[in-house]
Amino acid sequence: MSDAEAPVLRMESVRKTFGGSVVLRDVDLAVAPHTVTALIGASGSGKSTLLRCANLLEDIDDGAIWLDGEEITDPRVDQDAVRRRIGVVFQAYNLFPHMSVLDNITLGPRRVHGASRAEAEERARGLLERLGLGDKADAYPDRLSGGQQQRVAIVRALAVRPRLLLLDEITAALDPELVGEVLEVVRGLKDDGMTMVLATHEMGFARDVADQICFLDGGVVLERGTAEQVFGDPQQERTRRFLRRIVEAGRL
Amino acid sequence: MTLAKDESAREGADSKDDTTGGAGDGYVPSERRLERERYKRARARRATAVAALSTLLTAVVLYLVVVNAPGWPRTKETFFSAQYAREALPKVLEGLWLNVRLLAVCGVAVLVLGMLIAIARTLRGPVFFPLRVLAAAYTDFFRGLPLIINLMIVVLGVPALRLQGVTVDPVLLGGTALTLTYSAYVAEVFRAGIESIHPSQRAAARSLGLTNRQALRYVVLPQAVRRQVPPLLNDLVSLQKDTGLVSIGGAVDAVRAADIIVGRSLNYTPYIVAGLVFVALTIPMTRFTDWVTARMDRQRAQGGSL
Repeated sequence: MSDAEAPVLRMESVRKTFGGSVVLRDVDLAVAPHTVTALIGASGSGKSTLLRCANLLEDIDDGAIWLDGEEITDPRVDQDAVRRRIGVVFQAYNLFPHMSVLDNITLGPRRVHGASRAEAEERARGLLERLGLGDKADAYPDRLSGGQQQRVAIVRALAVRPRLLLLDEITAALDPELVGEVLEVVRGLKDDGMTMVLATHEMGFARDVADQICFLDGGVVLERGTAEQVFGDPQQERTRRFLRRIVEAGRL
Repeated sequence: MTLAKDESAREGADSKDDTTGGAGDGYVPSERRLERERYKRARARRATAVAALSTLLTAVVLYLVVVNAPGWPRTKETFFSAQYAREALPKVLEGLWLNVRLLAVCGVAVLVLGMLIAIARTLRGPVFFPLRVLAAAYTDFFRGLPLIINLMIVVLGVPALRLQGVTVDPVLLGGTALTLTYSAYVAEVFRAGIESIHPSQRAAARSLGLTNRQALRYVVLPQAVRRQVPPLLNDLVSLQKDTGLVSIGGAVDAVRAADIIVGRSLNYTPYIVAGLVFVALTIPMTRFTDWVTARMDRQRAQGGSL
């Protein structure tokens, strides 16, 4: 049981600067297995940078990050091996436009994980079917709607059976109708027990789905707790102001 | 307050490579970070040592292969004679001055002419139909015509017409031929740039009430030219080399100067000297092109969503 308690992702006093500006300052974070952590906060508060650091797309300046108890910020670590265990879905989908949906999804399993074509395609078709995209396997990304593209991106991230899934404002580029279909997929993943960290502006969704909410402001985790704690009884004035503005904008 | 100041002062003194000293939040690098940086420095040192060793090894192997190749002594005498190199270099450099001037004049002429042709090809409206066709025919013709044939026709053929008021100076004629060919290349580069600007930009400009010409002048062209700087510089480097071809008309440029000495001595070192001089001239230009391209890529990358 203690094994299940150990966090999948742990950050300790992570610091990240770009030039002279501090983007992340003393960030601590622990993500338990099969839980969802939502990062909320204004644009530029460091949510995306935090996710990029977790996937080693950015070098951190100080602190350390562990994945399943292994320090991944150690310079001796094989970064590709770390990334093989983490799935990422980007805000702008980042699908490869010169490949069909099926090739997009099977690229990682076949080239990195050594799966056979038949094996990889079978899994890809199964996942597509589940997300309601069974008939799009041979289409090219540009022929799909934004919501469909983002669901393909999620399938691509899932195809390698990641230990952890990072979702970086995956609904920010979608219209309200398409937001729903993508969020439904994330909800399904939570029910399957997938461990996820997501940066989002969808407060209602964060409240429903997240086990842990972190409010970032100026690169600092200003407030954290369950959805009831952060949304219901925020301790910091800054959090209260942020939430008030969200409510006024009718987004919660 | 004083304590915080002390802290940041100490921090600035302790770690010179800490770029965050200006943040003023009393940040002190942890032991973990210092250890990590020590390791990275050691790894960098090792990488440098490996690179130096493998470079040295490669150089030695190359040297041995070349020196032990059959015919090397004869090759060395014919192509790499120090004596002939010393004799040729001043003459070649003297000739090179002509190439440089040709490049400057032709470069400007090519850019202006190329731009005009590109604009002519993108003009709309039925009145401009003949202009569009002419511009298209011009680029098709001069892009396909081998430069050497173009040069021979203009430099050798035109004087044979004995036309009044038309120059027979091989430099002027050679420059004209180069300009004709290269403006066709450059026109295509500009046209590609103009067409690469998304139609929404033109739509936005027209929606402000700008005329078609104003939209081209203030919105499309500035973006198109900026985007096409790398390929333009590529063509300029190419032009720089091809100025050596005017020597076929007898103009004494770097190539011709070398040719004269070769003809007298039957030693080919002057050609090598002339070639190296051109290479030395193009290297700064290509490096500059690479630098501009990299800088533009960086700027674009920063504009991305990530």
